Amino acid sequence: MPTKIFAGTPVDTDDEGYLVNHAQWNKDVAAALAAEEGITLTDSHWKILDFIDKDFKERGAVPGMRRMNKIGNIATKDLYSLFPDGPIKKAAKISGYPKPASCV
Amino acid sequence: MKTLLILGAGTGGTMMASHLRKKLPGNEWNIRIIDRALDHYYQPGFLFMPFGIYSEKDVYRPMGRVIPKGVEYTEAEVDRVDADANRVLLKNGNAAGYDILIVATGVHPEPEQVEGMAGPDWRKNIHEFYTFEGAKALAARLKSWKGGRLVVHVCEMPIKCPVAPLEFCFLADAWLTQHGLRDKTDISYVTPLSGAFTKPVASGILGRLLGEKRISVVHDFAIARVDPEDHRMVSWDEKEVTYDLLVTVPPNMGDPMIERSGLGDEMNFVPTDKHTLQSKAHKNIFVIGDATDVPTSKAGSVAHFECEVLTENILGHIRGEELTAHFDGHANCFIESGHGKGFLLDFNYDQEPLTGTFPFPVVGPMKLLSESRLNHLGKMAFKWIYWNVLLPGLPIPFVGHKMSMAGKNLPSKAA
Ligand SMILES: Cc1cc2nc3c(=O)[nH]c(=O)nc-3n(C[C@H](O)[C@H](O)[C@H](O)COP(=O)(O)OP(=O)(O)OC[C@H]3O[C@@H](n4cnc5c(N)ncnc54)[C@H](O)[C@@H]3O)c2cc1C
Repeated sequence: MPTKIFAGTPVDTDDEGYLVNHAQWNKDVAAALAAEEGITLTDSHWKILDFIDKDFKERGAVPGMRRMNKIGNIATKDLYSLFPDGPIKKAAKISGYPKPASCV
Repeated sequence: MKTLLILGAGTGGTMMASHLRKKLPGNEWNIRIIDRALDHYYQPGFLFMPFGIYSEKDVYRPMGRVIPKGVEYTEAEVDRVDADANRVLLKNGNAAGYDILIVATGVHPEPEQVEGMAGPDWRKNIHEFYTFEGAKALAARLKSWKGGRLVVHVCEMPIKCPVAPLEFCFLADAWLTQHGLRDKTDISYVTPLSGAFTKPVASGILGRLLGEKRISVVHDFAIARVDPEDHRMVSWDEKEVTYDLLVTVPPNMGDPMIERSGLGDEMNFVPTDKHTLQSKAHKNIFVIGDATDVPTSKAGSVAHFECEVLTENILGHIRGEELTAHFDGHANCFIESGHGKGFLLDFNYDQEPLTGTFPFPVVGPMKLLSESRLNHLGKMAFKWIYWNVLLPGLPIPFVGHKMSMAGKNLPSKAA
């Protein structure tokens, strides 16, 4: 299991770079994960990351696009402009949660 | 007299009525089933209608012929469930009370969810085969097909029968070849997933098969809108796919009744315990088939396996016991691959589809994840089994609700 140093602390990730242990996540780690994706986090990004965090804690799963729209009040086009190329996967990674399971 | 009420007389609801009528004493339990449809449809047959393999008559029977004896049937549209009052309100103004409720209202395609999809090109150059009307219209459209760009497309996951759009590609390839139109037709498969299927081993094998049949794959395509004038789809990241004929699978959502009842999630699926099939919100509400949010395929085979678990759990619930029967997510799907051949997938919550033989090691007779004539015959035999064995609630020998690992090759050997 790869260990990376983010913001001075070692963090365990899976082969695709998703955090294995959410306890190792904090805002600095998020910023470092975002930087790897070429993203500088702003308040608009944090609105989405905070929703994912809250929803994951309630339901144990990364919310899908429709849930982001309907429950989180986040428009799909904003997701694509803030987290280009696969917004849900990227936002999940930066939030320190597992890669969302593609539905069977 | 107590009432067990079932909403939806499709695959799951009808099977539950058959199973429970055999188990619940007629002098204690009234079983009632409500559906708005006049006919029961064999949905897997919709795949074959566009290619003239099945006619309209193959895929439906009047409700009266499939509802089991001793079950009260009401033809009505359910408006909503009032779970606090243990009753269901119907669109016709009537109400129906229950002691136990089974929700089996399935999912349906909603093209209106995608901007421009249900517009002027709908049922002209944009078609679907997930409804009886859609399959009929597509059959008529294919009759006048002279060649061009045929795009087979999935809007978003999950959809019922996630292999059906792939099967459509394979059957289209065979049909076009037979009609001398294959060289005049470009087929592409456009999917929001990163590969042909969700699970790695099956995705690799099915992806290779698409390649062999000269079907190009556009993956990671998240549709934002359809531009009906220019016959093109545009993704959220501004990629474009143009079509002459678009065969799409619109977003599959649960019935709006679920939303009006406050019973659903954002897709109108009912949050359900994935092992016991009890609703997470109400102890006397159970959910079966496509209407649940459980993380396995939305398929008739899944509803069939769930049925055995749910029957046991409802009997346990009536006796006031803990629910002990556990569903493992078992799904078993035939995939038509064209030219009289087919594949078979067998998997559950924990185990992805693997290669091997089914249901017995070595002798099979079915082959998992590889093409064979027998798999195709299995799929075609399924229509008879559906009407005569599954709906009346008779057991299928050797295939139980718990998935078996016998005959399966572990991933290292499978690729
Ligand atoms: C093209 C296609 C191919 C498929 N191929 C396969 C296959 O090869 N193998 C396989 O296992 N599965 C296959 N399936 C999937 C399978 O048909 C479904 O998973 C299965 O029918 C689900 O059963 P269900 O009881 O949950 O829902 P359904 O069978 O869809 O039944 C739902 C019922 O509820 C009724 N209803 C809904 N809302 C209301 C309301 N408000 N009021 C009154 N009535 C209501 C509907 O009229 C309907 O009769 C296929 C599906 C399609 C579309």
